[in-house]
Amino acid sequence: MKKYFTDIFSGIWNLLKGMKITGKVLVSPAVTECYPEKRDELQPKERFRAELTMPHNENNEHKCTACGICAMNCPNQTITVKKSKITDENGKPKIVLDQYLYDIGSCIFCGLCTRVCPQGAIEFTNNFEHAVYTRSKLIKQLNKPGSKKVEVAKPAAPAAKPAQAGQNEVAAPKQENENKQ
Amino acid sequence: MSLELIDGINKIHEFLTSNIEAAWVVSLIEYVLVGLGFLTLYALIALFLIIFERKICAYFQCRLGPNRVGPWGIFQVFADMVKILIKEIIPLKHNDKLLFYAAPFIVIMGSLLTFGGLQFAEGVHGVDFNVGVFYLLAVSSISIIGVMLAGWSSNNKYSLIGAMRSGAQVISFELSACLSMMAIVILGGSMNLSDLMAAQEDVWFIFQSPFTVVALVIYLIAAHAETNRGPFDLPEAESELTAGYHVEYSGITFGFFYVGEYCNLFINAAIGTLVFLGGWQAFHLPFAGCEGFNAVMDAIPSYVWMFGKTLLLIFLSLWVRWTFPRLRIDQLLRLEWKIMLPFSLANILLMAIWVALVK
Repeated sequence: MKKYFTDIFSGIWNLLKGMKITGKVLVSPAVTECYPEKRDELQPKERFRAELTMPHNENNEHKCTACGICAMNCPNQTITVKKSKITDENGKPKIVLDQYLYDIGSCIFCGLCTRVCPQGAIEFTNNFEHAVYTRSKLIKQLNKPGSKKVEVAKPAAPAAKPAQAGQNEVAAPKQENENKQ
Repeated sequence: MSLELIDGINKIHEFLTSNIEAAWVVSLIEYVLVGLGFLTLYALIALFLIIFERKICAYFQCRLGPNRVGPWGIFQVFADMVKILIKEIIPLKHNDKLLFYAAPFIVIMGSLLTFGGLQFAEGVHGVDFNVGVFYLLAVSSISIIGVMLAGWSSNNKYSLIGAMRSGAQVISFELSACLSMMAIVILGGSMNLSDLMAAQEDVWFIFQSPFTVVALVIYLIAAHAETNRGPFDLPEAESELTAGYHVEYSGITFGFFYVGEYCNLFINAAIGTLVFLGGWQAFHLPFAGCEGFNAVMDAIPSYVWMFGKTLLLIFLSLWVRWTFPRLRIDQLLRLEWKIMLPFSLANILLMAIWVALVK
């Protein structure tokens, strides 16, 4: 009998707690953005994945070694890495990137490619306006024409640098998670 | 210059009687005008509640809601109304045609009959007779026949299950709603809505006795369950029953159910306002020296009080709807038969003792 009444009143109390939470949500501002009207004021979140890009530095150099790990990890075969073997000045065989093709039409924006890239050569940006008139325009070449891989000065550096890059890549999302909590 | 609606109505009456000789013609014209007024108000309230609910629901989910048609999207409902009027009514094979097409009319008829029994402002009501509360409770139950017919005549198992659940739910919760209002009838000493209004002139019923608060809470839960809206929306649980009893309806036949649902929301809130929160009576402080305050409150027209309080209860109902998850059918019936019914019966008893001792 006692349980019957305590159940009822604790139930009502819990329901009121739930209504308090939704009441707070009611008065908090909307997260929806009016897209075409406020196009210039849009501030997508930093982690919002909208388009894969390959950042180039001022000398038109990128970090991609054409290893193809991103293409292997892509669930949709969205990424095609076209590479060729050349012989460098020391006579060693070397693989260079010819074309880094990215088909945004089949991309599911999972972010696995950026997660696994040992060089940190590719990243997702916030540009989400992808509307084009033909499907062929959806296939983009990410390495700019005439670009090449950024040269590392010391022979010892390549081992250290990728590791650093990899650490940053893993550390960054973690930090954001902590911030969120 | 008074803002009350009754003065305008009296002016129309004087205009008609001074221009037309025969009394029966005047009565006929007035009946037609009143009928048209009720139907227009009914439709407008449904439209308003649809946009109100969509906006409130959007704010509860951190969205903006309709915002394209007209300022803040207020004309969205008119666009939707035109759309639903020109949509095709898809005929079914192998079903009971007569019952299928009669069901929406029964639903809307029950809802309209209840609507006619309400009071909207001082002296503005369709009918005023000595069993007003009883009439409201009685005719608001007619809609469930339409719901059951809709489920049965659709020849669809989802419809049938939805209708059966709806029947079980509405008939159960009707008990608590009625019993909680009986407590007020004991306190007010009358079933006539005008008498109840007069009894609330100084102090609303909600402030007259602690048991009215209990009765109001029970009434709000029961009335919310009767409108088949979440968390009691298991008759139309879209995830398990597609849409329940109205799954086979299209076009304006579906629109009738939809409008009926929203108007029932208004009607339940309005009954709650009339019976518990003083209806169109202004908020008065019954102490000496508060005459100035009371005069300011009286300056606000009575329909503003009525619709303001009704809107408050509707908002509460929407808040509940967009907060809680859906109940299971056994939990729902347990809530009614094991919790709310004993509470409302005990409440009636305590209220009778209160009236006998205190008043």
